[in-house]
Amino acid sequence: MAGVESDVSERAPDDKATRDARKVPPDAELRGMSQEDRVKALGMATDQLTGRSMYIEFQPGEEERFTYPWAPDLDFNKRTEIDAGELSTTEVNQRIRALMAEGYGSIVVQNPRGKHSIGVGILNRLNLIIEGSLGYFGVGLIDGPNVRISGRVGWSCAENMMAGTVVIEKNAGSTFGAALRGGDLVCKGSVGSRTGIDMKGGTIIVGGETGALSGFMMQRGRMVVCGNAGKNLGDSMYDGTIYVGGEIKSLGVDAVKAELSDLDRKWLTRKLTQYGLMPERGVDHFTKVVAGKQLWNYDNLEPSEKKLIL
Amino acid sequence: MCGIAGLIYRGKSSDVGAEMTSMLQALKHRGPDSTGFAVYGAPSEGDYILRFKLAEKEEIDAAGYRIGERLKARLDEIERRLEEHGVEVKSRTKATEYAYRFVIRHEGDTEALARYVEDVEGVEILSLGNSLELIKDLGDAATVAGQYELKGFTGTHGIGHTRMATESDVDIRSAHPYWAFPYNDVSVVHNGQITNYWTMRRQMERKGHRFTSDCDSELLAVYTAHNLANGVELEESLRRSISEIDGVFTYLVATRDQLGMAKDTMAAKPLVLYESDDLIVMASEEVAIRAILPQEIDTTDPYDEEVRVWQA
Repeated sequence: MAGVESDVSERAPDDKATRDARKVPPDAELRGMSQEDRVKALGMATDQLTGRSMYIEFQPGEEERFTYPWAPDLDFNKRTEIDAGELSTTEVNQRIRALMAEGYGSIVVQNPRGKHSIGVGILNRLNLIIEGSLGYFGVGLIDGPNVRISGRVGWSCAENMMAGTVVIEKNAGSTFGAALRGGDLVCKGSVGSRTGIDMKGGTIIVGGETGALSGFMMQRGRMVVCGNAGKNLGDSMYDGTIYVGGEIKSLGVDAVKAELSDLDRKWLTRKLTQYGLMPERGVDHFTKVVAGKQLWNYDNLEPSEKKLIL
Repeated sequence: MCGIAGLIYRGKSSDVGAEMTSMLQALKHRGPDSTGFAVYGAPSEGDYILRFKLAEKEEIDAAGYRIGERLKARLDEIERRLEEHGVEVKSRTKATEYAYRFVIRHEGDTEALARYVEDVEGVEILSLGNSLELIKDLGDAATVAGQYELKGFTGTHGIGHTRMATESDVDIRSAHPYWAFPYNDVSVVHNGQITNYWTMRRQMERKGHRFTSDCDSELLAVYTAHNLANGVELEESLRRSISEIDGVFTYLVATRDQLGMAKDTMAAKPLVLYESDDLIVMASEEVAIRAILPQEIDTTDPYDEEVRVWQA
């Protein structure tokens, strides 16, 4: 709210540069408009002036590239292998980067043998195939790659992932997909505790079971667990949705069951079919868990207190 | 942080010494302060393996060249006390200038014997049992295993620990594994922090149990010994510990023919488990299991409050 005044003063000078920047139509066009349209075109509507507007003030152009400027051009048909057996984690990750710079779009990592932090920080489209198991923090902080892992992953796999897909054939450790922001993270086996803790978007799909405190402090996104869930499921979740196919040992604070809608069923069917995890008996048996929103106390301050913090 | 590892063979023996060394060396990054092993060979009825140390590292460093005499005096006193108890010493091995391994023959109460030997100033019994060999010292797994010639030790099972000192000093008395004094052949390794340590310790001390260090993990050894002495099965003891001991912990207990694990109610400390028909391996990180099993394997994470016991 503090910015309102300065906003108005910026609007005052009516020179050409300002008008162009604000995309204000020429006067002739303005005259032809109705009063209401003219007010909006000039940015003088009340909601615009008070900053309450939810209008998106720009349109991302078709030609705009949403890739990182340094992103290499990859050819997905160019495939190569890395034998990680004798390499350190740093060497493997540097090797992946060097190969991407050479244009390799499909990279196979062999013999990872439970090494930690393999394939982290890849901010690009890439087919990354891991033949074996990873240790902690595997493929964390990624934005874009499609990863297939034939073995198992340790704690904190795909932490803070932004986009892309990660498919794990076997089991996963605890804090699976912690602080996930986007993309699809799939584990066909069972995962440990605190799955999707602090999740902020994206989708986590678990073919088997999940441990205690899954979806703890979840803020957005969806989590699907085909098997059973441990105790305190969705504890203190702010928002987001959890679907559980099996038994729920117990729900956490402010996590409540909700009715499965047709939209949920359609979405579940599509997602689970996509990753070959569709249960034989369909998706009708899934329990949907959402936030009860009883802990939403952010805006309950007294006016005097509000003044203090603003 | 600490790293723990354990393995148990079903119905066969292997070079457990070398395998445990490789596993703990792979976990070195979880704590390089000290490393310890508790490995179990073929039990010899009537013969006991007594492992003890004569002084703590800090005392040896502080005493300088005079330490030789002091250690000798203590060793002579131990020999005298063993003789007094009618113990026949069948072999004596000097692992380091302060750590010894005796094979003794003894009929009667081992607890009284252990207490009498430990009464010598500076002396701590690391382990006493028919099959347990417990070694621990400062340094990483390769250093300790080399010093104590662990490689080539054939046995059925073992547990080990690599320590990052958080709750107490870097010294041998705070290193794991802990022998569950005076319970023959029982040892414990732990990863985590125990928050009701002092309450529980005072409770145990009132019942007459001895503590040699300020390390919270020692409590688990004493607690297990206390339960076993009262006729509680290992599995039940592990289960009870989850509700009676506060904090975060994953710990392993080994007895003459069993290996057990327990995980706290929050599942806050890691453990990766591999099970096959003839071998069960567990460690804080998969990388340790891979150090001894290069082939493709399936592993799982035990869940919160999970308790497992395997028979050799």
